[in-house]
Amino acid sequence: MIAITINGKQQEVAADPDMPLLWVIRDLLGLTGTKFGCGVAQCGACTVHLNGEAVRSCVTKVSRAAGQRVTTIEGLSKLNDHPLQIAWAEFDVPQCGYCQSGQLMSAAVLLRENPNPTDQDIDDAMSGNICRCGTYPRIRSAIHKAAELQREGAKS
Amino acid sequence: MNRRNFIQSGVLLSGGLLISFTIPKANKLAALADTADLNVFAPNAFLNIGTDNSISVYLSHVEMGQGIWTTLPMLIADELDVDLKKINIKHGGADKTFNHVIYGAQITGGSSTTWSEFDRYRNAGATARTLLLQTAATRSGTAVESCKTEDGFVIAGSKRYTYGELANDAAKLPVPAKVPLRSSTDWRYIGKGSKRMDARVKTDGSAKFGMDIQFPGLLTAVVAHAPVFGGKVKSFDAGKAKTIPGVREVLQIPTGVAVIADHFWAAQQGRKALQITWDHGAGVQLNTGAQTAAYRKLAASDGLLVQEKGDVKAAFPKAVNTISAEYVFPYLAHAPMEPLNCTVKIENDSCEIWTGTQLPGGEQTAAAKILGFKPEQVKVNIPFLGGGFGRRATPACDFVSEAVHIAKASGRPVKMVWTREDDMKSGFYRPFYVHNVKIGVDKGGLPIAWNHNIAGQSIMADAAVLFGPPPAIDDTTVEGVKGSPYLDEIPNHFVGLHTTKEVVPVLWYRSVGGTHTAFVMETLIDQLAHNAGIDPVEYRRGLFKNHSRHLAALNLVAEKGNWNRTLLPGRFKGMAVHEAFGSVVAIIAEVSVDKGVTKVHQVDCAIECGLAVNPDGVKAQMESGIIFSISMAMYGELTFVNGEVQQNNFYDYRITRMYEAPRINVYIVDSKEKMGGAGECAVPPTAPAVANAIFAATGKRIYNLPIVNNRLEKQA
Repeated sequence: MIAITINGKQQEVAADPDMPLLWVIRDLLGLTGTKFGCGVAQCGACTVHLNGEAVRSCVTKVSRAAGQRVTTIEGLSKLNDHPLQIAWAEFDVPQCGYCQSGQLMSAAVLLRENPNPTDQDIDDAMSGNICRCGTYPRIRSAIHKAAELQREGAKS
Repeated sequence: MNRRNFIQSGVLLSGGLLISFTIPKANKLAALADTADLNVFAPNAFLNIGTDNSISVYLSHVEMGQGIWTTLPMLIADELDVDLKKINIKHGGADKTFNHVIYGAQITGGSSTTWSEFDRYRNAGATARTLLLQTAATRSGTAVESCKTEDGFVIAGSKRYTYGELANDAAKLPVPAKVPLRSSTDWRYIGKGSKRMDARVKTDGSAKFGMDIQFPGLLTAVVAHAPVFGGKVKSFDAGKAKTIPGVREVLQIPTGVAVIADHFWAAQQGRKALQITWDHGAGVQLNTGAQTAAYRKLAASDGLLVQEKGDVKAAFPKAVNTISAEYVFPYLAHAPMEPLNCTVKIENDSCEIWTGTQLPGGEQTAAAKILGFKPEQVKVNIPFLGGGFGRRATPACDFVSEAVHIAKASGRPVKMVWTREDDMKSGFYRPFYVHNVKIGVDKGGLPIAWNHNIAGQSIMADAAVLFGPPPAIDDTTVEGVKGSPYLDEIPNHFVGLHTTKEVVPVLWYRSVGGTHTAFVMETLIDQLAHNAGIDPVEYRRGLFKNHSRHLAALNLVAEKGNWNRTLLPGRFKGMAVHEAFGSVVAIIAEVSVDKGVTKVHQVDCAIECGLAVNPDGVKAQMESGIIFSISMAMYGELTFVNGEVQQNNFYDYRITRMYEAPRINVYIVDSKEKMGGAGECAVPPTAPAVANAIFAATGKRIYNLPIVNNRLEKQA
């Protein structure tokens, strides 16, 4: 058994240590917000936080997460009210929506590390996440907006 | 074609008002769908109002990113006079009631949802509103003329009823043959728009896609496909695969060998451990190099007549100048973000399917045929689609059929999942095409002779299962050259088609013929303008003198996109205009080419689409089509060596990423023209606008796609 804390909850899973975290999260724990897109760390749809860092769960062995903290899109906020989630809805970012969990999880790390990202910072942080619907311009606008919301939140 | 809809109403099983429509069968597509007698899987309605005051709208089309989850309910909300946010929205499932009003079968495609449903969905709302008003009038003893609706209530004299209170009695009234539609001045949503109704569930992981279907006892299957199209399993050894923990079963199915396991990872490990000997068949002879040579030879001769005017052969000697051009377009994979998948559960005499599909009725029929069921024994559930772009509208029903075969052979409920590699290598591609064009111009630089031949596979031939045998001229190959406004103005022209056959299965790809025809036409017009020393906007204006919608889009983008602006050093611009799916899109692309690397910095876009029902939704689709087109133009290519696709995944089949995405400005022509589409319309003109900008930057014309295969240096 491998013990992992997922979204603040301690879980024990019976999994081969080599099994990718993605499939443990989806198929063993039933959390389907984290998506399978490529299986080779090329598209970012499977991005989750491992001890707060963005990782591609499709190539992260579950053994690496043993005893660690994992956050998935379901745990990004309690009420779908992370500044990014609010901004995403305000700018109508999602189209098909399949990549957006990964986009949000990558953006969340960017925003935590860099509360005032430039366009270049966004390019650098977000270019590992593919969106086939081409929502990039709206993702960019929404990250800027979320940064603003986060700063306002910090002030109040 | 008879397009009248017959409106019906009835009482919901649970009480309340149900509005449904039936459509007389329109063509042979519907006749085929007719093998499905009326579906038993209620509700087969567009709208129902519960006695609990709940309002549900059922979508005839599917949401795959294009935004109809919002637009169709908007149409009903405006006629029913309710707050859009109070409506529960659901996919309708497979049902003849939801057949496309033009195409006759249930299909989401051709950028047609909003314009084709504009009347039907408004009528659904208006019918309900009329019945509710009548009910309130009777109940209150007030004249119906003095009753009115107000945001979910009927006001009848001093009485105020919720729609739910009236629903049961309203359901018992006869439906009027014709109901009044509200004036456009009463519209709250149409033309003004609304935020997406599916945005929130797509930000917290709760939106369910086909891939996310789970229930107790459900197993996961992956399939080893033949590495060459048309190949068959000769023999296989599943011994090692069965030793992988979690693998339950290994089965041969018509399309390969399926490994069924407790979860995806075990199934994938099992597939890797399979030892299969394939009989490759004739497909091994396919090599992209040889195919290119063969198609070039073919396109150099005149093909089957598509369109002609005057005497093109006699006109060439009169030309002051001629140009010849040959274009090569590769096979393309749609690569939607959600890999193809399908969940199938078969019980004694029924089957339930969960899959993201643009063709629910076709999938239902295909599944029934495999199982020896009637279509009504097959229930199709449609979660959100993680992108479609045409790949989820496969008339051959390939991935659903494959999943049904697995579940049938296994006897257990199975979710079949394709990997990204399966998606790249297992077919249904935008076809490979070659164009050969010769143009003669007069001394003013205008074309007087245009000879144009296209060689490529027929998409409709691979769609024959649904649409019947293809015609000799498959319009999906030639649309955009055929019917070109430029050719209208050219006194002597000939367009010919060579239809080829290959083992490779082909399919419509977002914007279909426009993916290649627009590139050819718009880069050639750019070349003609350049040779004539005329500004490309002015040159097009001359040729569009009888095409007011083209002119409107061109003029708007030239004005708002400031065509004559001064660019930063190293930046160059190009433009293109194309009509597709009833709308005209004009694009200005601004690029730089640095050390051979092209970057698109800015794209300005104008669309003439008639009434834009949801303007921000139209803008989103322009952005989406532009970036999709940049991926296609810059990187998109599948190649074959001895019948095997050489590309694997996003590392060798590249998609535009954040750092490559341009700034995009979209302008919508204020128009009273007939409503057109949006979803696909920006794809055709963007790629040639980029190529024309590359010419401005480097002096090089792009004849071979993708652009990365061309050596480009900066202008000296």
